[in-house]
Amino acid sequence: MNNIAIGTGGSILYAPGTSDAEIEAAAVAAAIRHNRLVIIWRLTILALLLGTWEVFARTGIIDSFFYSYPSAIAARLYELITEGTDEASLWYHLYITMEEALIGFLFGSVFGVLFGVALGRNKMASDVLSVYIKVLNAIPRVVLAPIFILLFGFGLWSKVALSFVMVFFVVFSNAFQGVREADRAMIANAQILGASKWALTRDVIIPSAMSWIFASLHISFGFAIVGAIVGEFIGSRYGIGFIIQTARGVHDTAEMYAAIVIIVIVVLGAEWIMTRIEERLARWRPPALNDSNG
Amino acid sequence: MSAASFHDASPAIELINVNRRFLSPDGKSFATLNEFNLSVARGEFVALVGPTGCGKSTTLNLITGLGKPSSGEVRVMGQAVNGIDPRIGFVFQADALFPWRTVIDNVVAGPLFRGRSKTDAYAAGRDWLKRVGLGKFEHHFPHQLSGGMRKRVALAQTFINGPEILLMDEPFSALDAQTRVLMHEELLNLWSTTKAAVVFVTHDLEEAIALADKVYVLTARPATVKAIHTIDIPRPRILADIRYQSHFIEISKRIWQDLREEVQFGADATEAA
Ligand SMILES: Nc1ncnc2c1ncn2[C@@H]1O[C@H](COP(=O)(O)OP(=O)(O)O)[C@@H](O)[C@H]1O
Ligand SMILES: [Mg+2]
Repeated sequence: MNNIAIGTGGSILYAPGTSDAEIEAAAVAAAIRHNRLVIIWRLTILALLLGTWEVFARTGIIDSFFYSYPSAIAARLYELITEGTDEASLWYHLYITMEEALIGFLFGSVFGVLFGVALGRNKMASDVLSVYIKVLNAIPRVVLAPIFILLFGFGLWSKVALSFVMVFFVVFSNAFQGVREADRAMIANAQILGASKWALTRDVIIPSAMSWIFASLHISFGFAIVGAIVGEFIGSRYGIGFIIQTARGVHDTAEMYAAIVIIVIVVLGAEWIMTRIEERLARWRPPALNDSNG
Repeated sequence: MSAASFHDASPAIELINVNRRFLSPDGKSFATLNEFNLSVARGEFVALVGPTGCGKSTTLNLITGLGKPSSGEVRVMGQAVNGIDPRIGFVFQADALFPWRTVIDNVVAGPLFRGRSKTDAYAAGRDWLKRVGLGKFEHHFPHQLSGGMRKRVALAQTFINGPEILLMDEPFSALDAQTRVLMHEELLNLWSTTKAAVVFVTHDLEEAIALADKVYVLTARPATVKAIHTIDIPRPRILADIRYQSHFIEISKRIWQDLREEVQFGADATEAA
């Protein structure tokens, strides 16, 4: 009986550890402990992986010629950052790759959304064109790389073209799907409120397809980078793909891995930025119930 | 008699011998409305009750012009329906607010779609939000409001356009009983200032009687009008305890006689299908 709250003239007596303040403090402390533990485990696993790799490579269990080892990669990464390659600084290479990927991404997503919305709104057009889209979509994108190099040369535009096709279909199909899933009651509501066809598309259809579109933008930025780098493999003078390709030519595996590390950082950074933008645009959405770390 | 005065005398809504057929998924045509007749005078509040799936929403769709009759005539303000009439307002059963817009931006959607100036629209929008008691919630998003509050936003969103005809498709069926009564009061309040002609679809007989001047009982699909009951409870009505008055219970029993057979019949048909 003595662990329940007892009212005594306005102030409430709690059994030890059961006041609101104590319960809240305990919850905060538990959350902090949890997060700390998560970080500790992540670091532990990273250290174990890198440590094992380093030890195995140095003791010859795995061939360091093919697999390199973390300390060599780190050293090579440092050199790349400070000195660059024979052709240009790392920053210039990175700039070239990002330029290709970003232009391709921009055009790919804009056209993907335009076509997705247009076909999603027009049943006749989508029924007629869907067969062509299926066929085009069945082409593995990378086989287009040599063709684009022939068509557009070794410079920027062949890679942009490849990034474009990598991005376009993903965004297109999500925008199309998003338009098709738009709520019928909401559409009828807008029509009765007086929305013209164009206002309906702009103010109802596109906003309600936006979460689908954003989901596709998330993955397709990675695809845009893939397009740029594969293009650079086939033929280029600068870029991260070019670094990897030249490193392969001189069997510098450490440099290949260093370039991969750089590109991973770039993609994660872009992902982070995209998530922030989406959060700002999606303020209207109810918060997810178990929002993991953001 | 001049054309104008003839206009004014015509009912707000008329359905004359309307048939509506749909195609089932396997391509067979079936009747949903059969020789359906309905007439709603200007300023009159009509409720449609009938078993689920009998064709109530279909009827409203014909009046909005979103759907077309297979045969027969649908007239709004004396003219054959041709496209969506701007004098019509519609409150949906489902949440039809735009979730990415704030409350005020939802309310001004109609005026802006209809080309009113921004200043005008927002001034009117704030006014309507105050009228439905949501003046403090202008900048909230729909998901931050309760179901009853969202319905109030939907009412403001509809009433701001000054509809002469108000169609409501089971608008309060998702609300709990207490909130529903509050919404009934709100609705009758708003309606008494506008005097729009109302067609209110519901499967809740008590709701229909509490609100309407006339209750139409529809048959199971294909829907025809089975009976029309005039509700002679004087206005303004005190809704809080109206359903316990003996007169109300009397009317309720009388209409239920008609409705019960149809509900039973509809349920049997569904089970058989
Ligand atoms: N667009 C449509 N296509 C095919 N069948 C429909 C369509 N709309 C409604 N129906 C059918 O018409 C019947 C009546 O539907 P509805 O008017 O929504 O009923 P309720 O009275 O419950 O509002 C139902 O059997 C439904 O399946
Ligand atoms: Mg219905």
